[in-house]
Amino acid sequence: MTKTDNDEARRRQAESAKGRKTAKSEPGKTPEWTQSLRQLYDSVVEEPLPESFKTLLEKLDKRT
Amino acid sequence: MSETPSPQARRTPDERAAFKRDLTEVVPHLRAFARGLCGRPDMADDLVQETLLKAWAAQDRFEPGTSMRAWTFVILRNAYLTDMRRNRFRGEYDETVAERILTAPAGQEQPIHLSDIHRALLTLPPERREALLLVGAGGFSYEEAAQICGCAVGTIKSRVGRARAALAAMIEDGSIPERAIGDPNAHRAILEELDDVAAGNGEGLRTR
Repeated sequence: MTKTDNDEARRRQAESAKGRKTAKSEPGKTPEWTQSLRQLYDSVVEEPLPESFKTLLEKLDKRT
Repeated sequence: MSETPSPQARRTPDERAAFKRDLTEVVPHLRAFARGLCGRPDMADDLVQETLLKAWAAQDRFEPGTSMRAWTFVILRNAYLTDMRRNRFRGEYDETVAERILTAPAGQEQPIHLSDIHRALLTLPPERREALLLVGAGGFSYEEAAQICGCAVGTIKSRVGRARAALAAMIEDGSIPERAIGDPNAHRAILEELDDVAAGNGEGLRTR
């Protein structure tokens, strides 16, 4: 990740904080399968977190 | 990058602890986003590890109080695109391949499983897949998704619309790819199954 990328991200976030609008799904009908996209995402979020991630974060934290 | 001062030097211990906590909390979301993007769980987790390393190194650029999820998604996305350019995930994004899959013979009427949706998602061009993942799965607003992807809100809306239309069409006419030969993910899965068969564990697969 370059510096520019980070600056970009930061700028975008600042803008986001300012001009925030609430998320809205499209008006009218949402076919029921759209729900399964959410489920797909949530199913991974709810998986137990592999130890490797905790280990990595601990390592990074200790190193500094 | 190496001559920048250690980011941690600028952070109070409290801020560092908060950063670590927020970063830890967002890992499941990073995994979900990565899995949606690249399909294979092991590759997705590699991508998340890479993201965590980069986020950690860039932590002085994170503004406390802003969305850690949005911030890290930008990092993950950039890492993903870089990997893609290095051909790490090559082939999967070929539109011609996707079209071939779409025109494959329709399956029978079946309930739609999450894995069907996932396979269908993987046939989409990457920008549309990403847009739909952010908005339709991750629950970001169009505005937030546009910021994460670095494009206009209208562009995101159009990508999400097209992605939804493509999925809807696949679902309606039953043309969700069953086993897409052109899709390296599926192809790899097939090879892995073959390995199983070769190892004598393939009974169930053969008789199906």
